[in-house]
Formats: sequence, C-alpha cells, structure tokens
Amino acid sequence: MHIKHLTLALGAAGLVATQAHAQTEIQWWHSMAGKLGDKVGEIAQKFNASQTEFKVVPVYKGQYDESMTAAIAAYRSGNPPGILQVFEVGTATMMAAKGAVKPVYQMMAEQHEKFDPKAYLPAVTSYYSDTKGNLLSMPFNSSTQVLYVNKDAFKKAGLDPANPPKTWPEMEKAAAKLKESGAACAYTTGWQSWVQLESFSAWHNVPFATKQNGFGGLDTRLEFNGPVQVKHIQNLGDWAKKGLFTYAGRKDEPLGKFMSGECAMITTSSGSYANIKANAKFEFGVARLPYYADVKGAPQNTIIGGATLWVMTQKDPKIYKGISKFFTFLSSPEIQMDWHESTGYVPITLAAFEATKKSGFYEKNPGFDIAINELSAKAPTANSKGLRLGNFVQIRNVIDEELEAVWGGKKTAKDALNDGVKRGNELLEKFQKANK
Amino acid sequence: MEKRALFRSRWLPYALIAPQLAVSLAFFFWPAGQTLYWSTLLQDAFAAHPQFVGLDNFKALFADETYFASFRVTAVFSLLVAATGLSISLLLAVFADRVVRGATLYKTLLIWPYAVAPAVAGVLWLFLLSPSIGILTYALRGFGVDWNYYVDGGQALVLVVIAAVWKQISYNFLFFLAGLQSIPPSLVEAAAIDGAGPVKRFWTIVFPLLSPTAFFLLVVNIVYAFFDTFAIIDATTQGGPARATQILVFKVYEDGFKGLDLGGSAAQSAVLMAIVIGLTVVQFRWVERKVKY
Repeated sequence: MHIKHLTLALGAAGLVATQAHAQTEIQWWHSMAGKLGDKVGEIAQKFNASQTEFKVVPVYKGQYDESMTAAIAAYRSGNPPGILQVFEVGTATMMAAKGAVKPVYQMMAEQHEKFDPKAYLPAVTSYYSDTKGNLLSMPFNSSTQVLYVNKDAFKKAGLDPANPPKTWPEMEKAAAKLKESGAACAYTTGWQSWVQLESFSAWHNVPFATKQNGFGGLDTRLEFNGPVQVKHIQNLGDWAKKGLFTYAGRKDEPLGKFMSGECAMITTSSGSYANIKANAKFEFGVARLPYYADVKGAPQNTIIGGATLWVMTQKDPKIYKGISKFFTFLSSPEIQMDWHESTGYVPITLAAFEATKKSGFYEKNPGFDIAINELSAKAPTANSKGLRLGNFVQIRNVIDEELEAVWGGKKTAKDALNDGVKRGNELLEKFQKANK
Repeated sequence: MEKRALFRSRWLPYALIAPQLAVSLAFFFWPAGQTLYWSTLLQDAFAAHPQFVGLDNFKALFADETYFASFRVTAVFSLLVAATGLSISLLLAVFADRVVRGATLYKTLLIWPYAVAPAVAGVLWLFLLSPSIGILTYALRGFGVDWNYYVDGGQALVLVVIAAVWKQISYNFLFFLAGLQSIPPSLVEAAAIDGAGPVKRFWTIVFPLLSPTAFFLLVVNIVYAFFDTFAIIDATTQGGPARATQILVFKVYEDGFKGLDLGGSAAQSAVLMAIVIGLTVVQFRWVERKVKY
C-alpha cells in the first residue's frame, strides 16, 4: 500500500523534473552519499559539459535498498529512471525483471556504441554477466575485502608491522599477541556475510551455492555449510570466546572500532581506504585477505561487492542513445583513474589500472593495489565468479542472524550454517516460484 | 444521555460526512483492501507476473518459526515497555502531585521527552550506550559489565526498552497527573482523618479511582510498543542481534521493503491489522464504558 502512495509522489516529481529542458534528460538514481555523492555529481557535470544533446541528472535516493525500492515503485507507475545504481546482492532480482531492464550489451549493440567487454576487469564483469558472457549491467563502484592492520599496535605487541598475517592460523597467533600486549580488541570484521562466507568461499575455491553459485539457474540452492566454511566459522566463534575476535556489527560499524585504535586488525572493504587514511591517527598497513594454507587451491580470487548501473526500460529510445554515450564516457581511463584514486574502489577497466600503475600512484599509497591483485590473482572459477541468488538481501539477513548466534555462543558453527542454509533455501524456493 | 440532531434535508447529512468518508476511504480502506489483496499474491519485485496463491502466504507465515519468535519478542517487548513505563510514570505523577514549590518547572521538565521524535530518542540512547563510543558503556565497564548489544540479545532488548519507555513516560505522566488531580481531595482527607497512612490511602482510594486511566494507558502503551517503536528499533538495533529485537512491525518492513517479498509482508500486515482491530474492540468495550468524562 505504501508503495502505491510513493509511486504517485514519485510520478508527480518526475513530471515536474522532465518538463523544463529541451535537452534529453537522463535520470541517474544512485546511493552514493557524502564525498562519493559529490564525485558522482562531478562525473555527470563533466559529461554534460562534454556535449549538448543529453543531460545526466544524478539523484541521491537513499541507501542501496531504498533506491531500489523507489525505482521499483517508479517502474510500477510507468516512470522509471534511465539509470539505476543497484548493489551486487540485487543482481538476481534485476536480472529476473525481464521487461523492466535493458541489458547493457544489447543496448550498446543497438546504439552502435563501441563496447568491448574484454576491456573490463574479468573479476568484475564475471559477476554481472549471464552464462553466455554477456554483460548485463555497467560496472561502476566495485570493491573487495582486504585486511587492515594497525602498525603501531603491532610494534607494541612485538609483531613485525611490515609482515602482517597471511593465513588464518597466523591471524590467531597475532591476535593472541595483540591481546597480551593489552589491545582492547585484537580483530574485528565488517560485512561478516560478505567477508567471512561469500568471498571466503571464493577465496578457497569452494562453492557457496549449487549451479555455479546460482549462475546456472533459478533452481540453485545454498551449500555454504561445507567443511571449510564450518571450520572457519567455528574458529572465529572460538576466538570470540577467547577474546581474540570482537563482533561489532553487520555492516560498516566495526570500521569505527579500527579507526579509533580500539581494534588492531579488521577485514573489510577495500573501499574504506580513503576513510581510514583520513581518520586514523596511527600508521596502518593493508594486506591480502588471510586464507587457510591447507585448503587446496587457496588462495583463488576474492569476489567483489559494490554496485553496477542498470538501464531501465524507457519509452523514449533517445534516452538509450544518451545512456550509451554516457557509459562510454564513464569507462574512459581518465574518469576511471580519478574515481579509483579518490574513492578506493577498483578501476573497472584494465586500461585505467595500467594508467594508474604508470602514474606512480601505488608507490605513494602502499597497499592501494592489493584489492585489484586479489581480484585478478587467478582466472575466476565457477566458485569464484560471484553469486547470483534471488532474495539475497533476506538471505544475508539470515546469515547475519545465524552468525550472531555463533558469536554469542548460542549455536555451534555447524548448526548455525546448517540452519542458515535451510532458511536461505526456503527464500530461494520462494524466489524461484515467483519468477517462473 | 444521548443528544440527537434532526436533519430534514435528505442530502445534507451525507454531504456533511462526505469529506470524512472520502479521507477514510482513500487513506484507510483502500490501502487496507490492497494489503488484503496483495497478501494472496505471489509476485516478483517488479510485478511482472503476479500469481494468485490463495492463503499460501499465510500458511508459509505460520509454518515459519521465526515469525513466532517475532511474536514472542513483541509480547515481551510490549509488556516490558507498558509495565516499566506505567510504573515509573505513576510514581512520578504521584510525586509531582504532592510537590508544593516549583511544581510547574518539575512538570514541564517531565513532559519534554514527548517532544522528541522516536528516531531521535533511539539515536540518543544509541550514543549513550554504543559499545564503542557510549559514555554509559564506559561507566558500565567500571562496574564490570561487558556491554555489547551487538552480540548480547538481552542487552539489545534492554536498550530498545529503555529508549521506548523514556519516550513514552511523559505521555503517561500527563494522564496520570490529570487523573490524580480529578480525585476529590475530600475522599483522601476523610481517609486521613480515619487514620489511614499515605500508602494505605494510595492503594485503597487513589489507585482504584485511577484504574480507568491506568487501563486506558495500558492499551495505548501496548499499541505504542507494537507500532510506534519502529523508528527506535530502526535507528538502534535494526532487529538484531539474531532477531532478539525483531518486533512484528519491523519484520513487515524488513521483508517488504528490504527483502521485496511483498506477498509475505502483506500477509504479516493483515495479521497486524487483526491485532489492532482486536485491541480497539477491547478498548471500546472495556475502557470507554468505565471512563467518566
């Protein structure tokens, strides 16, 4: 019921917004707040100044889930934005929305816009392509998981700050030493589902779900309750009991604990680099995500998070023309280099990566390129291409809840992951039924 | 005693109630009808092909143990909010009623929290009790309490109860104070002359006379805890950890707006609607009869 009201309001707002200009206006709904939002505005500004035919209008529509809900309401009332920024967990929902979205590869071909998917980072494009390798949405902001360490705390604990832990057993030893040296919190993690299960599975080349992690069809089912994952979550649960791991929230909340110096180590998004650099009053280092050396094939490659730009179906074909031009502009090395360097998100094209390398930026900002190295360490396998799951937002909630039960000592890792798989599969079944 | 006005015109009475009817239809009956309709549909987020599934959404709901868990959380939460809120505000009202000097200042200060929006109340307590930066967290640590509501579900519940109660105390306080002041002083004085002490006077005279107010407030507080505390939960715990503070309304929001499961969310709304109707009936049948204006 709320959606209907929202729809009316949005529809009215859309009418007012589109009447004023003779230029073809393209609405770009995004979820980039603060400094990132300014950067988005800057990109649109530059594009608008580069030509006269089209005008890209970026509109901040709240967090990822909020802007997606708003766009769905707008679509239902027949007035969707041209471009919608959707987070990676919304990918399956968008893909299933046939008729509501225009696949990027198709639009670029129809508009005769030069477009080579091979120019983009494979670890990024693989997450957003169909099984035939066609890119469905335009990569925009992608990040992956890295380990940040507080070098000052390392020195105090008698650890080598230039040599952060590489494996999880080394993490345990380092955490124990940090705790002995009086650190209030040795290790914490942001985005637990994403870091400790989703990417963890890819990094160890074990499946998260059947049917190539859901790329192979809607009848995919979860299987993150394998021995490797159970062992890891149980370890973290044990560390929580011993005070070596401190749980501090589901999303970005733990970052505050690292930046304040309370936690000495954190595994979280590579996109936090700029934030840490601006706020941490200590020397910090960046390292690759730890792994278990006894798991065959590890480390494979991590998977990305972040968002892509989806093109929503338009009545006026001219808008597609404008969006195609804009996407080409967006992928240019200059724009990508600037975006990468100022935000910490990975550059989405290989050309931009090379250009950044040549500029000497990584020497000045050590650790900045670790994310890209992790992503492109090896060619992605069926287990590390990404995840394509319906109702993924709810599945993540389920995982968060079950993990919290482990950290709180209420469940064993085995029970929690089994329950998570069972509850998640109910959601997948529901999605399959709704999208037959 | 009933008062009746007679209208001779055929259309005038209808014209007079038409605006109210239109508002009710547009903002209450239509959305409610939509909710009931949607609760019988299985649809993808973009409504490309909604399917009629009858009562499947309800069946799935009542087969879901997390839904019952949410019921339990809501019950515990509402009882805690209503009980704590009512006792504290009754205590404050009794004291305020006896204050001689500075009574107005005292009362004004007590009413202040009511002007605070629920979300702000939530954030306020969040800052005070945040595991990493909260002032009270440091104080608690001094007493040897390891306060981290991200992990401890009980503590998370305590946090939202405190915020919800704090916000509602003013409202309860006002009603209790008005109730106390409408009790004829002669009754209390008569009891005093008969030798009854303050405690005895309160329990045998004041409290029974206050009971209609208390019962009205109980219903209002339960409704408040059920629905109006959404913003507090959203701003603080977001239902976590491990669903320890996931009350029914929050689950509706999470499943519908975050999870885009519109059918399941509509079914939950329908259940909530039934609960509100039930509470309203209770209020009208029991409370309205006893309260004397």
